Amino acid sequence: MTPTSLETGKTPAKGRSLWDDARDRLLANRAAVASMIVLSAITLISILGPMLSPHSFDKVYRGYVKVPASLSAYPKPDEIEPAFRTLLKRARVTIVDYAREGDEVVVDITSKREIDPRTVRYVDRSDMFENAVLEGFAADKKSAVLRADINFVHFYFGTDANGRDMMTRTFIAGRVSLTIGLLATVVAITIGVIYGATSGYLGGRIDQMMMRVVDVLYSLPFIFFVIMLVVFFGRNFILMFIAVGAVEWLDMARIVRGQTLTIKRQEYVQAAEAMGVSDGGILKRHIIPNTLGPVVVYMTLLVPKVILLESFLSFLGLGVQEPMTSWGVLISEGARNLQGAPWMLIFPSIFLTSTLFALNFIGDGLRDALDPKDR
Amino acid sequence: MTETDTNPVLTISGLTVDFDTPTGPVHAVRGVDINVRAGETVAIVGESGSGKSQTMMAAMGLLASNGRTSGEVTYQDRNILGMSVRELNQVRGKKITMIFQEPMTSLDPLYTIGRQLAEPMVVHGGLSWKAAQAKALELLALVNIPEPERKIKAYPYELSGGQRQRVMIAMALANDPDVLIADEPTTALDVTTQAQILELLADLQKRLGMAVIFITHDLGIVRKIADRVYVMKDGEVVETGETRPIFETPAHPYTRMLLDAEPTGSKAVVDPKAPILLEAQKIQVAFALDAGFLTPSHVLKAVDDVSFSLRRGQTLGIVGESGSGKSTLGRAVLNLLPASGRVVFNGELISGKNRASMRALRRNMQLVFQDPFGSLSPRLTVGQIISEGLLVHEPSLSARERDERACQALEEVALDPVMRNRYPHEFSGGQRQRIAIARTMVLKPDLVVLDEPTSALDRTIQKQIVDLLRDLQTAHGLTYLFISHDLAVVRAIADTVMVMQRGKVVEAGQTEDIFEAPQSAYTRELIGAALLTQSHLAEG
Repeated sequence: MTPTSLETGKTPAKGRSLWDDARDRLLANRAAVASMIVLSAITLISILGPMLSPHSFDKVYRGYVKVPASLSAYPKPDEIEPAFRTLLKRARVTIVDYAREGDEVVVDITSKREIDPRTVRYVDRSDMFENAVLEGFAADKKSAVLRADINFVHFYFGTDANGRDMMTRTFIAGRVSLTIGLLATVVAITIGVIYGATSGYLGGRIDQMMMRVVDVLYSLPFIFFVIMLVVFFGRNFILMFIAVGAVEWLDMARIVRGQTLTIKRQEYVQAAEAMGVSDGGILKRHIIPNTLGPVVVYMTLLVPKVILLESFLSFLGLGVQEPMTSWGVLISEGARNLQGAPWMLIFPSIFLTSTLFALNFIGDGLRDALDPKDR
Repeated sequence: MTETDTNPVLTISGLTVDFDTPTGPVHAVRGVDINVRAGETVAIVGESGSGKSQTMMAAMGLLASNGRTSGEVTYQDRNILGMSVRELNQVRGKKITMIFQEPMTSLDPLYTIGRQLAEPMVVHGGLSWKAAQAKALELLALVNIPEPERKIKAYPYELSGGQRQRVMIAMALANDPDVLIADEPTTALDVTTQAQILELLADLQKRLGMAVIFITHDLGIVRKIADRVYVMKDGEVVETGETRPIFETPAHPYTRMLLDAEPTGSKAVVDPKAPILLEAQKIQVAFALDAGFLTPSHVLKAVDDVSFSLRRGQTLGIVGESGSGKSTLGRAVLNLLPASGRVVFNGELISGKNRASMRALRRNMQLVFQDPFGSLSPRLTVGQIISEGLLVHEPSLSARERDERACQALEEVALDPVMRNRYPHEFSGGQRQRIAIARTMVLKPDLVVLDEPTSALDRTIQKQIVDLLRDLQTAHGLTYLFISHDLAVVRAIADTVMVMQRGKVVEAGQTEDIFEAPQSAYTRELIGAALLTQSHLAEG
């Protein structure tokens, strides 16, 4: 063999693969592009949101149980005085004069007994006020001036029944739901593609046997299967997507097997066989890459399905556990509180439905883009 | 061949067809003028991609959704281009009808022939079902389908390709059309069937007096049946005129090239004492057809008791119509199908070897397929496709060395190695077949089985491929098993020829002997049919 032919020196022209064509067609699809933007925005918010939010997802504000979503800060101006009065009544001091100076409350208080300096704790313990100080004690220590900063907080999405910030919880739930959606889908697709392609390609008795196994697994009730897993391995976050993935691959295996059956009759597979390529090589280089079109489309439809499945499991108490949460959990809580606190349902639902819509549009776009009829 | 009526029945003037594609507009037809007089046969000739089919599709309003047209198509003083679908349907399918290349897919597999013929007559013609059935029977008789009373109740799968094409013609004739457009009606058929369909069309035209527009790439057909010819290239008509002058004194170089496209020459004689490379004895391939609910299982013998031997450097041409078992024989010889009999390759008995033990031998015996669109994996680059064999048989090579070998193989088949990172769908049919050949050459095999390697290609490309195959054979001392239904190609490339029919060898011998003095009736029929459809300029 000659060491170098002249031509190898030239930079070879880069070809446009079918994937390149499909990408161009996908980018020409406005709904799909908009969906991709929405989806990446949601993903970004889910990842960064909890870090940027002033509230921790599991912080309980006892003073703000089920407060509605609002753009203005809590406490509301007209709530401050009654709340403050209630607090001081509990501290057994009498208010002589109440005044509000900007973000500060200044109160003259008296008491029948000496005023305990620990009175400030009654105020500080509340979520609405902080940095309470007693000053200007009278000589008999029976009257003083109490100053306290009003602690303004924002609950843009309102709070839940335990007084936790819904916004942070929605974001952190997004992390859980998207992770499960993605990982379970990857698990399902990896198993499904390999299993289906092998079964379809080998054919004959092996195919029969492998597909009967799939049928048997199909007939197992999903919940029974998950409960069994929980019994054996305990409750575990990772177990969730193993369970979901292990069930969802069955569909994938059937789809890929069907694809493989048609692809293996193609002449390029016969050509590879005639060349002596091993079964593994044919599967890897010829069959699996050509089944990926429908697989990618199915994947975008599988992610929402898995997110919904997870919420179902969490609803049964087999999924993620408090205080961690997922969109499914938030929505089921919201649904229970629909009458009194609709914001608990609305915000997580918006996130879940826009994710599902976005994925469906992307799936549609991909199907059109990969459609061989347009080639 | 009537030329009495000079009034054009269909006039196409200044027709353009553009397609919007993601890579910019494609101008498929650029300003074509064609007129057809009543009762004459006009042929539109050109290679694939010349826009000949798109011209007629545009005239019939059958373009793909991204197509745009301009110009005029006049039928009975009305411009039918850009008519609404409802108006167009008054003309289309009634007075101007069309038959297509692929008779296998043009019929609905779920309905009987009779129903498919009768339905348009009931829906459009307002006939009762009974009257329509009677008319359908008449039409089937008109197109010479044997036993029309039985065939009218048959489903499409029960008919042969030629019979289906006859049914399509019958459908097109249902409303006494003025113009019949035939888009490559015989390309998918065997030579003998081809000849019969052409005779039928000529006969029907004589009896019914309609105009026929014949779209084809096969000049032999044109010469036989057309009154006038339009030669198309790249969306333009480059030459037009009466058939005879065009064939005798072609003016345009493209027309001359088309006329000259018949594969010529013959293979250099090889040493008759060269060692025997491949010997096949009593090859039999049988497919067991599963028993149905009421039908017992039976065995279909695709290849029945075939023996031959092939010396190094020789080419054996295997000729036969579709279903004759020639492709099956080729695969059986390569041990790709279970077969009985003995195959000895290079002194080694290969029959009965399993896949794993065959693998090492595979590099010396290669297969080239008919369909260059199906035989290249669509998601691999050309470089990857060509070097795949090296991955298997020379695993010690580095990626760089494999790439170099792929470049050499591409150069050998006269393709620019710069294109090796492109994907198969970016190449034309002829280039793809070259890639498929390069894939086999990269392993430097002894034996190449060529399964109809030229059948899916245009005549001019066929000629190039045949020349290429001959050159490669001389350069590398290759041995070919050349399977084809195309006698002209076989004649140009084979040393010896074997004629097969229904799995059996009808006749075998030296190429010249077979063609000059065929012994069996079947061979004579094949050669006769081929003469009818192929241009033999010497005799004209």
